[in-house]
Amino acid sequence: MLLDFLTYPFLRYTFLTGILIGLIAPLLGTFIVVRRQSLIADALSHVTLAGISFGLMTEKVYGWVISPIYSGMFFSVLGSIFIEKLRTVYKAYQEISIPIILSAGVGLSVIFISVADGFNTDLFNYLFGSVSAVTVNDFYVISGVAAFVLVIIWLFFKELFTMSFDEEQATIAGLHVKWINMLFIVLTALVIAASIRIVGVLLVSALMTLPVAASMRIAKGFKQMIFLSILFGEIAVIFGIISGYYLDIPPGGTIVMTSLILLLIAIGMKKLRK
Amino acid sequence: MTTPVVSMSNINFHYESRKVLDNINFEIPQGAFMGLVGPNGGGKTTLIRLILGLERPETGEIMVFGQSIQKLKNRDRIGFVSQKANAFNKGFPATVYEVVASGLTAQLGYLKFLTKKDKQKIHGAIAQVGMTEYTKQNIGNLSGGQQQRIFIARALVSDPELIILDEPTVGIDYENVKIFYELLYKLNTEFKKTLLLVTHDTGTMTQYATDIVCLNKTLHFHGNPDEYASLTEADFSQIYGHPVSLVTH
Repeated sequence: MLLDFLTYPFLRYTFLTGILIGLIAPLLGTFIVVRRQSLIADALSHVTLAGISFGLMTEKVYGWVISPIYSGMFFSVLGSIFIEKLRTVYKAYQEISIPIILSAGVGLSVIFISVADGFNTDLFNYLFGSVSAVTVNDFYVISGVAAFVLVIIWLFFKELFTMSFDEEQATIAGLHVKWINMLFIVLTALVIAASIRIVGVLLVSALMTLPVAASMRIAKGFKQMIFLSILFGEIAVIFGIISGYYLDIPPGGTIVMTSLILLLIAIGMKKLRK
Repeated sequence: MTTPVVSMSNINFHYESRKVLDNINFEIPQGAFMGLVGPNGGGKTTLIRLILGLERPETGEIMVFGQSIQKLKNRDRIGFVSQKANAFNKGFPATVYEVVASGLTAQLGYLKFLTKKDKQKIHGAIAQVGMTEYTKQNIGNLSGGQQQRIFIARALVSDPELIILDEPTVGIDYENVKIFYELLYKLNTEFKKTLLLVTHDTGTMTQYATDIVCLNKTLHFHGNPDEYASLTEADFSQIYGHPVSLVTH
């Protein structure tokens, strides 16, 4: 059954990219969920779509070849910086930054798509993911992003944990909360932009939150929650990509449904334990 | 004469047009167990936020360990147990060990990891508050009183000289409040920690505190528990801004 994934290079790269995404998306998702910022992933994925549309538009209208993964990442990072800035402007209504950035992302996407008068490239792939969309270049870029994210999380793990548990305490202790928040949201933006090839704009937030929601039900401690989130994320990605390929369904759908089944099992297990 | 742990002179503070603190002058001497009491909205939490450097006064100067709070580099000399501690995200799956370890984050510094010695400190702080058997439990599964003891352990783990507690006994039953005060008393007398405790529970606090301060925008009283006990209903009515009846247990 896995033979095709070993035989065809494009499938091999998709599979390996999926493994990387299954690692970094739930890892960052753990912090996002406990900080009650789950919707940030949705906002940033829509901004990433604007970036992808921008890349495709410039190629079609002006003939400038900008890889959509780079333009997507650029817009996503820019969007993340705006979210963080808006959160400081509206201190009492920090969540308002999410619909602002989300709608800005959709608005820009619509404009870029209209200016380009539609795309030959199937935008459907970017919305729901694709097993054939990952290029060798994408794989290298995503590997670089994954390595960067893992190193930063490893180096700043204790600060991120302290801030996630009690931001006020972290401020009093003298941590540079503002800068660490900015670093974290930029990492999130990079992970989202990297994940879109496989999972798609509309479903990327699910890969960051559903495995975490499942592990939260059964984990004892934060590190165990991270481990279980990654485990569930990897199961969902591997099963989702393989089943998506053989059933001819975009992998975003199968990954999310696998994550959802894992979540239901975790909820059931918790109820059985009681 | 030793430098006071906290010294505030001529402090004024407004929230928009509302005056919250009016010309506050006082000191917390080293080794004191100071109880800070007063009505809601009287400026107690604001005073603490100023001492912690979370707000800046409009006038005056706040010195902590002889240095301006804004310039104080070793923030780990101050431990803080917040009023919000009992309102933390109970679904956060962090173990007692992980929560107490987070109290060392700032002291360790960036790009540094816990050493064997640090891990011993964490276990020591958990033992100090009598919670060793709960080390691997998720904090959300503990009772309110136990959670507060864990937050004290988090404040203690960096070995601070001053511990500030903002209404830490809210929502905790009488038995646990008693255990809590005994722990504070031990920290003050045996471990020589200077304590500043904001509370409405004046009855229990006066049994353990060395100094009591009454605040309602201005400083109405600063003395020892015996002097505080001699205040009359008329004095309290003036402090609280409305008629007060004293009830003794």
